[in-house]
Amino acid sequence: MQGHLLSVILFTPLAGLFLLLFIPKSQKTFIRLWANITAAVGFLVSLPLIIGFDRSNGGYQFVERAEWIPSLGVQYLIGVDGISVLMVMLTTIMGFLAIFSSWDSIKDREKEYYSMFLLQQTGMLGVFISMDFLLFYVFWEMVLVPMYFIIGVWGGPRKLYAAIKFFLYTLTGGVLMLLGILLLYFNYASQFGRYTFEIAELMKINLPLATQQWVFWAFFVGFAIKVPMFPFHTWLPDAHTEAPTAGSVILAAVLLKMGTYGFIRFSLPLLPKASSDQTIVTIVAVLSIIGILYGALVSLMQQDWKKLVAYSSVSHLGFCTLGIFALNQSGIAGSVIQQINHGISTGMLFLVVGVIYERRHTREIKEYGGLAHIMPNYAIVFAIAMLSSAGLPLLNGFVGEFTILQGAFDANRIWAAFAVLGVIFGAAYLLWLYQRTMLGEVTNEKNKGLPDLKWREWAVFVPLIIWAISIGVYPKPYFDILEKPVAQIVHRVHDTANAAAVPATPTPEVASR
Amino acid sequence: MNFLDLIWLIPILPLCGAAIMLFFGRNLPKAAIRVISPGAVGLSFLLSLGAVLQLASLPEKVHQVILFQWLPLLHADMGYMLDPLSSVMILVVTGIGFLIHVYATGYMAHEHGPRHGGFYRFFGYLNLFVFFMLTLVLANNYPLLFVGWEGVGLCSYLLIGFYFNKKSAGDAGKKAFIVNRIGDAGFILGMFFLFQITGSLTFVDVNEALRSARFSPEVGVFGVLSLTALLLFVGATGKSAQIPLYVWLPDAMEGPTPVSALIHAATMVTAGVYMCARSNALFALTPETSHIVAAVGAATAIFAASIGLVQNDIKRVLAYSTVSQLGYMFVAVGVGAYWVGVFHLYTHAFFKALLFLGAGSVIHAVSGEQDMRKMGGLKDKIPVTFGTMFIASLAIAGIPGLAGFFSKDEILWQAWSSPLGSKVLWAVGFCTALMTAFYMWRLMFMTFYGEGRMDEHTKHHIHESPKSMTVPLMVLAAGSVCAGWIGMPKVFGENGFFQGLEHWLAPVFETGKEVAEHGAEHHDTSMEWVLMGLSIGAALSGIFLARHIYLKMKESDRPTGGALHPILYNKWYVDEIYDFLFVHGFSMRGGSLMAAFDRTVVDGGVNGTAWLTKMVSRISMWYDTWIVDGLVNLSAYTVRALSFPVRFFQTGFLQSYALVFIAGVFAMFGYFWWVR
Repeated sequence: MQGHLLSVILFTPLAGLFLLLFIPKSQKTFIRLWANITAAVGFLVSLPLIIGFDRSNGGYQFVERAEWIPSLGVQYLIGVDGISVLMVMLTTIMGFLAIFSSWDSIKDREKEYYSMFLLQQTGMLGVFISMDFLLFYVFWEMVLVPMYFIIGVWGGPRKLYAAIKFFLYTLTGGVLMLLGILLLYFNYASQFGRYTFEIAELMKINLPLATQQWVFWAFFVGFAIKVPMFPFHTWLPDAHTEAPTAGSVILAAVLLKMGTYGFIRFSLPLLPKASSDQTIVTIVAVLSIIGILYGALVSLMQQDWKKLVAYSSVSHLGFCTLGIFALNQSGIAGSVIQQINHGISTGMLFLVVGVIYERRHTREIKEYGGLAHIMPNYAIVFAIAMLSSAGLPLLNGFVGEFTILQGAFDANRIWAAFAVLGVIFGAAYLLWLYQRTMLGEVTNEKNKGLPDLKWREWAVFVPLIIWAISIGVYPKPYFDILEKPVAQIVHRVHDTANAAAVPATPTPEVASR
Repeated sequence: MNFLDLIWLIPILPLCGAAIMLFFGRNLPKAAIRVISPGAVGLSFLLSLGAVLQLASLPEKVHQVILFQWLPLLHADMGYMLDPLSSVMILVVTGIGFLIHVYATGYMAHEHGPRHGGFYRFFGYLNLFVFFMLTLVLANNYPLLFVGWEGVGLCSYLLIGFYFNKKSAGDAGKKAFIVNRIGDAGFILGMFFLFQITGSLTFVDVNEALRSARFSPEVGVFGVLSLTALLLFVGATGKSAQIPLYVWLPDAMEGPTPVSALIHAATMVTAGVYMCARSNALFALTPETSHIVAAVGAATAIFAASIGLVQNDIKRVLAYSTVSQLGYMFVAVGVGAYWVGVFHLYTHAFFKALLFLGAGSVIHAVSGEQDMRKMGGLKDKIPVTFGTMFIASLAIAGIPGLAGFFSKDEILWQAWSSPLGSKVLWAVGFCTALMTAFYMWRLMFMTFYGEGRMDEHTKHHIHESPKSMTVPLMVLAAGSVCAGWIGMPKVFGENGFFQGLEHWLAPVFETGKEVAEHGAEHHDTSMEWVLMGLSIGAALSGIFLARHIYLKMKESDRPTGGALHPILYNKWYVDEIYDFLFVHGFSMRGGSLMAAFDRTVVDGGVNGTAWLTKMVSRISMWYDTWIVDGLVNLSAYTVRALSFPVRFFQTGFLQSYALVFIAGVFAMFGYFWWVR
């Protein structure tokens, strides 16, 4: 079992899905129950991973290797390092909570719905644990299909538009990324005389800067659309707004992280010269900063509650990409932690919208007001979600944001000076949203008598709140687990880069313990 | 018992109180809340007292307790530090905090906030505030200080918006939070600079580095250190309500009065002064920034006082007075007299808390009215409130012997005599002192003297507040009298007790002291006496002027201030200007513009591409159906082949799209595999 732990984690949702197919469509409760059990087991089997993970080891662990398509050099090669292990945990936890939160909200085609969700779980897990580039690509594209159906079938009024936009947009990015992968693949073959998609092998290629730049931009389009970075972000508000709550949650919490993860896992180590090229770094950083400020300002003006949260994602993920391209320990470690934080806080914010949407079936902010009188517990939960998203210290968001900003500052003070403005706007749009929906008198008759949180809703929020506080108060385990793998990436980028290419001063080493 | 190792308990106790209130408060009887919430703060006060006494007996007056590592990459721990400066702060916070909690048990008993009066909610927030405030002053590093800094901001937001059914309360809370965040942005950048310069964010290490020979004062140049200090000061202007970020504090009066006393007078708003004093090693190296600090402080002092002259809302007068007094503290910090800034912080905490609590008692007596034009003649009806406020008003006006006199006079003297000071600073401070005495006694005369101007119903109900409210007033009144005695000027004679505060704080302000004492060397005692006489004169003139206008004159005869009155009354229109420029101008209009840009240009580009693809596809279809039909098969196939790829967008079947795409991938593979 230990030897195949990762495979077990990877295929648990798929196995559950397989068995789900045998449950008759009419057995709705049983279908729900089974999906929940599968997701819960999916989470439980991932626990030995985090427990057994050796933090002092910076390399890949739990590696499994098997030939898949030998003629093309494709392998079933999976493993985790400190970065991916965190993403795996994020996926299993958020996946479970998302499935659990669908209990009452999905009332038709349950079987298909839960099948799609479970399929998606496997796809996302595969993305985070693949050590073979083609395997990664397969999982990457595999994720698209279930999400397409989740939005397109169980979504809101403009679900078809949103679903097709999501699918085509991200697929376009994926195709360009594939071109980049193939370029590496054939270059490797011409240098080493054999074919492989193994990432560790591909890292050995000696590519001239110009080629690296081409590949970088090919990857960039793929990852930047997924993140999404400005100006590739417009699929996101539509997809988020139309998706059912659980879809939005998983989209924000995990799916978007595939993009940022891609930058960290592939762009930086495979293309160190391009990734540290002054022009490229500047372009990406500037786009990130635009994303932070632009996303926040656009959020400020949204009339649609869910769209507001969606645009806030653009802003928050701007922090994540900025941290990555600060190319130092603080920036990248902060970025990974912020990716988890964003999963928690934006996940909560989407769940908060979901709660009220289920009761009132509208997302218009002006329909609400004074909800704190009617649903006090709901108001408290929303307040915590808001503060976690706004980066209040002792909650999770602060730890990531602060560390990223410090990394960005070390790389370039001007970046930090602009990015820090995001902290102000972040507070502005959230507090204003809160005021418009929760505070004041109850003006809308329809809102009177709305029930407060039900136990099932509590059950989703409580673990997230506890998680948010625990990261905020004691983030050290996260920094510890990230220390070595991030340091390796930082060194790789800086050692291979031209000496003059990067202005970043390396951050002081972590205090020896 | 070793209190020094237990200093972490000092903030934790109120946190426990807050947790009990917020989790179980709904089901607790009010009596239990009355005991638990103030009790937690009271226990913290006792612990603080014990710890400070033990600290006094240490040879080196610094004691740190590290709980665990918090942000490893910034070397920031969950670590608490007790030193002379933080000991003054924790005593003020827990001591005055305790009194205000007790007062609030009486005050809030009659207040009805939304949702069951919100009694437990109020005390939960208040305890939470004390926790964050203690974290702020006990932190041993900047990021942890920032935790407290943001936390008190949050509690301030929650408490300002306590009556959240009122839109104005929600607006005020939001404004406070966002304006503070603007300052925080500067503070964050300042911390990063400091980390880059010194390699640490722990106070002890930062100060050691800054005091080492590696750094020399940036005299006449505005270098990195000066920028760092300036950024920290930007943070301070937010929290401590200085120009240009003071605008949130007057609006914060929407909160219940005990909140105004605790948060917006005695403790939270002084956090900026504390932080600058804490960073004295840095400010000592940056005379250019120090000049800015002193100038901003002086400008704020006189500017806020000018607005306070004409306000009619009793709490707003006190709010502008607080802004103005905070300005004084920054003057002290700016001229390098850090201990004097802390001294004024400490005396101000007594008399300003007292004034606010007294005002609360007045408001309580006149059935919630806050407009002083509808008060008057309350002197004999609420004697305890009157007596204690009388003392506080004398203290803030600067009448000799009372707390405010010593600290304010020391600031004026330092502004005059310090090498960083100037005659202009002194003159501004002097005018402010005159104005302070005037507006405070205007408040006193309008509220307590003359004839009652309230309606009959209200008049009938006027009553003195319960013991739980008046006893804290009396304790604070005693403090307003005595608190200044430990900081008397040396011209009164050197004495270990009477200069106790300066000696106690001396180890914290090692470098600051040199600057301050530099001034004292060419100490011209006669000048100090003259200046002291002048400021006493100013205080008395202010009081008598107010008496003349508001007690002796008929209302119709009073000078209105002419053209200046509307400007002062409307607070120099700063809120309107900010609103026009930043809120509506930049944020709203910018946001709308961006949103429109996003919809039309960015997303328009995406939809445009889709539309174009569809169009091309449609044209090919049309072409295919109408033209191709008439041509020979060969050309038909050619065209069909041409339109082949785009038609897939038209079909709407994603499966077929995906199929083509996968086929393409394999084709490409095949090409590279076999052809190359």
